[in-house]
Amino acid sequence: MLIIAERINSSRKAIAESVLSGDADVIRHEAKIQAHAGADYIDVNAGAFIKEELARLKWIVEVVQDAVSLPLCIDSPDAKVIDGILPLLEKPPMINSITLEPSRLEPILPLAVKYKAKVIALCQSSKGMAETADQKVRMAHELVEKAEQAGLPRDLLHVDPLVYPVATSPLSAVAALEAIERIKKEIPGVHTICGLTNVSYGVPERKLINRTFLVAAIVRGLDSAILDPTDKKLFGSMKAALAVMGEDEYCLEFIEAYRAERIA
Amino acid sequence: MKELLNTIKEAVINRKRKEIEGLVDDAIEAGIEPGLIINEGLIAAMDVVGAQFSADDIFVPEMLASALTMKLGLAKVKPLLTSEDQPSRGTILMGTVRGDMHDIGKNIVNMMLEGAGFTVVDLGVDLTLEQLLEEIENLKPDILGLSALLTITLPEMERAVQEIGDKGLRKNMKIMVGGAPVSKTFAKEIGADGHGADAAEAVALAKRLMGE
Repeated sequence: MLIIAERINSSRKAIAESVLSGDADVIRHEAKIQAHAGADYIDVNAGAFIKEELARLKWIVEVVQDAVSLPLCIDSPDAKVIDGILPLLEKPPMINSITLEPSRLEPILPLAVKYKAKVIALCQSSKGMAETADQKVRMAHELVEKAEQAGLPRDLLHVDPLVYPVATSPLSAVAALEAIERIKKEIPGVHTICGLTNVSYGVPERKLINRTFLVAAIVRGLDSAILDPTDKKLFGSMKAALAVMGEDEYCLEFIEAYRAERIA
Repeated sequence: MKELLNTIKEAVINRKRKEIEGLVDDAIEAGIEPGLIINEGLIAAMDVVGAQFSADDIFVPEMLASALTMKLGLAKVKPLLTSEDQPSRGTILMGTVRGDMHDIGKNIVNMMLEGAGFTVVDLGVDLTLEQLLEEIENLKPDILGLSALLTITLPEMERAVQEIGDKGLRKNMKIMVGGAPVSKTFAKEIGADGHGADAAEAVALAKRLMGE
């Protein structure tokens, strides 16, 4: 299970404020606690700073790379921003994200190839976001095809089927879960990924819905996720689901996480 | 009569989707005017629901279920209305700006606006400027509502507001904007007439823009 740690996101007030005031300590701390909690990649996002996204993200990247040795996940839909950040990276990164929309696909794929980056690919095209499982799987095929044509092997691709709030689209989670299973089966070698917060929009105790969805997704074959690894209940549900699914031999990782007090 | 209207109002507030049609039928049979059923039963209920949502007393899905209940009731009454007593608070054209596919928030706002008695025409997502201008000229709405969820599409919103103004289409039409990255400050900067932070605020704003 590949964990992309989501906390350094400028849509969070504390992050935006520390970026604006140049307070590197907050960012450094966020990077360290996520690395300690079990992150594989640290997501970095400066999307809230319209028109100065690149400059702000450069600063964040510098601080995070100084604080931890993990690779980064560049969270921007803008090819120019991604292009500006990639040369600064010490390790092959992840790019978050591409879609089938030409402006969010064509300029980014060659960059991914050049820097051997993993890429998060959303099931979304110029016609809209995939809603049914069929649409999601069809777009996954297209994304893999486009990536491979550009020279990016499917093993570097993490397809996100997109999940909508269960509160407003009751069958959306079911469609996403079905898509995860079918993508894994129909496109061997490609990875699946999912953001978890969208699913719980509009309901109380959102985290409970988020982690229930994560468990369901792992059962259907999800092998990477964007989440907050410092959330012990979420991380615990994830570790437990992996153990139940036979992906943690003798539960050794589960036990290790327990000893390290990373799960609850 | 008062009692029947109150029952309808309560049914919408309490999301009684299965009971609403029967209750509206009862009211119609009792000879209550369709306009009254709508204004003092259905729409009055949605005013309460909007206030409950603003006060964090209810959650989004509960608000949606009320709106759905309201719509079911409205569908029963509408055929009885003559064209002159079609009560509309105003026509609102809604859409998500170019490059942006997000519509969940916009659709919630649509439902609440309809619930409040506005006529809503939804143009969908990823709207080109040409489409927008054409629909504005065709429909001549009282209000245009623009939505965006991505920070990268905010400049599209700015451009749309600018162009619509340049074409002189804002004389009889107000523009309201919304979406997660849209702030009051941004709305002011781009010269929109108002910003709603959530569905209830959008409804209150629309009423205000209509001069109510």
